[in-house]
Amino acid sequence: MALLEILDIAKEYHMGTQVLRALDGVTLAIERNEYVAITGSSGSGKSTMLTILGCLDKPSEGDYILNGKDVSLMNPDELAEIRNREIGFIFQSFNLLPRATALANVMQPLIYNGTPLKQRKARASEALRHVGLGERMDHLPNQLSGGQRQRVAIARALVTKPSILLADEPTGNLDSRTTIEIMKLFDELHAENQTIIIVTHEPEIAAHCRRIVRMEDGRIAEDRMNARVAAGGAAHAAQEPRQVQP
Amino acid sequence: MIFDILESLRAALASIRAHGFRSFLTTLGIIIGVAAVIAMVAIIQGFSYTINQQFEGLGANSLTVQSYTPLTERLQGRIARITPDDVELIGQRIDGIAYITPILYSQNQLNQVRFGSQSTATQISGSTYTYPEVGRIYMAAGGRFISDSDNLTRRRVAVIGDEVRKNLSLPEDPVGQFIRIGEEWVKVIGLAEPRGQVFGQNQDNFVILPFNTMRSLIGNQTNPDIFIQLTVSDIDQMEAMRERIVTLLRAAHKLSSDRDNDFRVQTSEQLTDTFTSILSSVTLVMGGIVSISLLVGGIGIMNIMLVSVTERTKEIGICKAIGAKRHQILLQFLFESLILCLLGGLAGLILGYGIAVAASAAIPNFPAAVVPLWAISLAFGFSALVGLVFGIMPAAKAANLDPIVALRYE
Repeated sequence: MALLEILDIAKEYHMGTQVLRALDGVTLAIERNEYVAITGSSGSGKSTMLTILGCLDKPSEGDYILNGKDVSLMNPDELAEIRNREIGFIFQSFNLLPRATALANVMQPLIYNGTPLKQRKARASEALRHVGLGERMDHLPNQLSGGQRQRVAIARALVTKPSILLADEPTGNLDSRTTIEIMKLFDELHAENQTIIIVTHEPEIAAHCRRIVRMEDGRIAEDRMNARVAAGGAAHAAQEPRQVQP
Repeated sequence: MIFDILESLRAALASIRAHGFRSFLTTLGIIIGVAAVIAMVAIIQGFSYTINQQFEGLGANSLTVQSYTPLTERLQGRIARITPDDVELIGQRIDGIAYITPILYSQNQLNQVRFGSQSTATQISGSTYTYPEVGRIYMAAGGRFISDSDNLTRRRVAVIGDEVRKNLSLPEDPVGQFIRIGEEWVKVIGLAEPRGQVFGQNQDNFVILPFNTMRSLIGNQTNPDIFIQLTVSDIDQMEAMRERIVTLLRAAHKLSSDRDNDFRVQTSEQLTDTFTSILSSVTLVMGGIVSISLLVGGIGIMNIMLVSVTERTKEIGICKAIGAKRHQILLQFLFESLILCLLGGLAGLILGYGIAVAASAAIPNFPAAVVPLWAISLAFGFSALVGLVFGIMPAAKAANLDPIVALRYE
């Protein structure tokens, strides 16, 4: 059985008298340990896909089965619990709590599932070490670089051991060098069997993924395996001409 | 649930600490309101304590008779009086009186006392041997109070307070010295023990003469106004005696049935009741003012909390995205306003107590400020109520934010 399955979902937004159909009958199944890119130009419905997949919003029509549970029937608090347990969000603008340290930011989601303080600290520092930020736990977000902030955000997403890591343009605010570092981190996480979905409009980012779903006008226009990555790492290196040697 | 409460408390405290100065300004309304309550209660408690002390000496079995002129009559130039004849009449006609103590206070022209070259102004009154019961004075060793025979023979003798002794530079034991009141030489026969001050009024600045001596000093032709203190032998007869005195005095003063009494006969209980009712109306008025200030303080808290929710919309969105449930957000904001109010209440309590202590120190002989437990719990209870009532709206607003909208908020 697929990890997540959306069946003929639609999402409509009402703007005054106009009805905007952002998603128009999308069916998609993602298996455990997949590394998927959802691409498309702006207005293609990929952001709406993200909010639906991330359980931030419910579809107007259709079903969404996540880990065997029908999410489309849940109330806001049940959705919050699903977001907490099943989904790790990574945003373009990091979305860290500005007055909390890196460690406190990573501990935050554990508060919502009732983890005691000691365990929270232990698990959060472990997650920070995992993303290579073991030395900067006590820094506030504004004392960290963009790449470091995104690492904190990734640690926060990972700390609850979610079924899916859901990233929205994770490198959109980063320079090219940091972009490479962050994408390398995603690749490593994928190698550790983490299911990852990245919503992006950048082909270079999508190229890291094993599967690329291209959206157009609220529908899936193309759903293909990424042959070059599947074939091996050589093609991958050739695709990154700006790579800086460490 | 306990976990959620603890975590919400932690988050609320962190947020209050992060905005220290703003938190202080937010609670200022509550601080002032609670400080006002506490200071007011402490001062009024002090007042009623002092007043009760004053009336305690009158005893439960005593009645007072004094003249009373209604304002309309006073405007017509009629001044009511209790005359020496009234005193005699009551003494003769009413049964069951243990003591009758007339007190005649000096008129303005008769309050200068001299000794040698020293001169001082004081309260001179005339009374009888029962006065110590009424006036709560105790004689210092070596002297005596006025006796009945002093009164009957109009002896020129006086009992003086310690303040008078000091002002006149009389010796430590002034018994046997002669002082001058007006043109009369009066022999000091006793010194009263010092009583200190009440409301800044020195209680030792007095001279007491025998009642009849006082009358003759004033001059018998003038009709002095007398204050009468009665002690009844049977306390159950108080009310009946009160009525009999009223009937007697109405007849003596020839009051037609359509006219009000031109005097008042009161039990000591009635006197304290009067003060208590004055105090409680003062308390009510002050309470009204104070609750307005707490209301304004509460609105201030709500205002800042609403601003704070708007300001932190993005943060709330982030928390919701990573799994915060509605009640978790609600509790955090509710606790924030609750803690702000309780901290304000605590600061107000300390400030108000400080004001009360300062006030009681500034007023001489005012009893030490006492803040009763009920006032403390009232202040805290009210602060908590304000925090809950005015915190619930901003907290609900935060809890019900749509996570997508909140996340996109800039």
